Amino acid sequence: MSASAQLAPAPTRASRASQPAAPAAKRRPRGRGAKWGWSVLAIILALIWVFPVYWMVNSSMLSSSTLESFTPTFLPFGGDLDNFSAVINDKFLSALGISLAVTLIAVFCCLLFAFLASVAISRFRFRGRTTFVLAILIVQMLPAEGLFIAQYKMMSELGLLSNILGLSLLYIAAVVPFTVWMLRGFVAGVPAELEEAAMVDGLSRTQAFMRITLPLLAPGLVASGVFAFLQCWNEFTVALVIMNAENQTLPLWLRGFVQQSTSRAIDWGEVMAASTIVAIPVIVFFVIVQGRMTSGLVAGAVKG
Amino acid sequence: MAVPAPTTIEHDRRPDESVGARRRSPVPYFLLIPAVAILLFGMGYPVVWQVITSFQKYGALQQLGGKAPDFVGLENYIAVATSPTFWQVAVRSVIFCLITAFITVVIGMALALLMTRVFGWVRITLQIALLLAWAMPVVAAMTVWIWLFDRRRGVVNYLLDLIPGVDMNQYNWIGGDPFVFFLVASIIVTWMSVPFVAFSAYAGLTQVSTEMVEASHLDGASGWQRLRFIVLPIIRPVIMIVLLLNLIWDLRVFTQITMLQDAGSKTSDYDLLGTYIYKMGVAGLNFGQGAAMAIFVLALTIVLSWFYIRSLLKEDQA
Repeated sequence: MSASAQLAPAPTRASRASQPAAPAAKRRPRGRGAKWGWSVLAIILALIWVFPVYWMVNSSMLSSSTLESFTPTFLPFGGDLDNFSAVINDKFLSALGISLAVTLIAVFCCLLFAFLASVAISRFRFRGRTTFVLAILIVQMLPAEGLFIAQYKMMSELGLLSNILGLSLLYIAAVVPFTVWMLRGFVAGVPAELEEAAMVDGLSRTQAFMRITLPLLAPGLVASGVFAFLQCWNEFTVALVIMNAENQTLPLWLRGFVQQSTSRAIDWGEVMAASTIVAIPVIVFFVIVQGRMTSGLVAGAVKG
Repeated sequence: MAVPAPTTIEHDRRPDESVGARRRSPVPYFLLIPAVAILLFGMGYPVVWQVITSFQKYGALQQLGGKAPDFVGLENYIAVATSPTFWQVAVRSVIFCLITAFITVVIGMALALLMTRVFGWVRITLQIALLLAWAMPVVAAMTVWIWLFDRRRGVVNYLLDLIPGVDMNQYNWIGGDPFVFFLVASIIVTWMSVPFVAFSAYAGLTQVSTEMVEASHLDGASGWQRLRFIVLPIIRPVIMIVLLLNLIWDLRVFTQITMLQDAGSKTSDYDLLGTYIYKMGVAGLNFGQGAAMAIFVLALTIVLSWFYIRSLLKEDQA
């Protein structure tokens, strides 16, 4: 983030020092003004991008009569939390329970499976290693749209339709590839020499791994776990195919509000309160792991 | 390309090879068992089932009447390939994907360049705004956008109506013209995807060396020339990967389209590949043709992602 601060002053110094750079030098006196101009533009764009998020929170606190008026209310003054208490009912609690159960099972198993696999591919060279890495990279790209018919059929044959375990199994399979890929970097980042040194000092391989490597991996496990959590918590497509109306996850519950909109008048205040409840934990977690995620996805490119 | 060639010394010191005993050890295979098992169950079996089913007649009769599916060769593929609706939907999906991904990358790039030209606090403000938009769960983002584009009380119609001479009162964005429906979908998807592009491109821009930009400046390069000949070539790899990822992601906009259809109309004029396959296969119980279309989507995705997968694989072996 600090690199652009280094970028900015450089051209100014250069143009002042050199007369030959005439075309650029002509523009220099406007440099400060230009910076203000760009800054104003940036602020406007920031407002545009944040507006939907703001609007969700704002509307969630306004009553339906306020929202029904012709002029939108841009500030939530006089708002209250009635919408929130209206949407937190049995249906919400059931969806919350299912979402939590599915997500926790999936995240736990996914972390465990992915961790073992990432140790295998970053600590060992073995026959079939490249095949495995290639397989997880391909699987990671497969869209749910391309598989959900088969997954639906499979789950119905196993009697796992609308079942927490069934959905969890599919989520584990969907999230394991990226988690392996992410953890692989963290495991490779802990030098094996550390482990070996501990073994020289008399620890067994397992002890060395548990006492030396595992604690160093904790941040990586947390980041990968949060990422897996977000994937499962937000997932919509597979849940839609596998779960029925009585057993919904939170995204399906939230979609239910929009679905009703065609048949009866919709209370947007309540819909926005419901959306806020679903979004807030996600936003908090997301902000925590964001940096690691960007670097994970484009790591290959940045390194060239 | 720019990676300093890994020296042989470094290679020799690879942890796995320094301990000779580990080389022939069965341990890595045991470690892989759970991951491989769950992948075979959740992904491998469905893919195989789908390939087989795409060659079978597997409709409502086989599904409900317990009749065994017959092997019909390429019949499903021929039925799909000769269906005008399928081609309309497929072409629409590809066009939607190309336009949305391209616009997303251009806007994201522009925002990243903008970040390098503004005051520090402004950049942080913009980054926080983008981060919040990026963090929004897709379903929640969709409900907000549907509310923003609401016909009667939506802010979009309200603001557009304020412009003198523009009458957008009660304009139906989502339930009317399919073109407008997809325009709205494209705006929403762009809003969601720009932050990732902007952050990645900005990370790439911070790698551009100050000396090089300064030197080109001394040589009299204009701002545009500096961008075109110095900055863009350096961040080209990032842009390519990001464009590729967006192409892949914009092919799978099932959630967004499904929710917009909830608020609007569900006819096939408003379908993209994901929703069309869902209607055919899951809701319509025509597994055979649905599977054939799903294979088409899988193949398209793998072709598109091949370059990305290769670059990641190279990184793994570097």
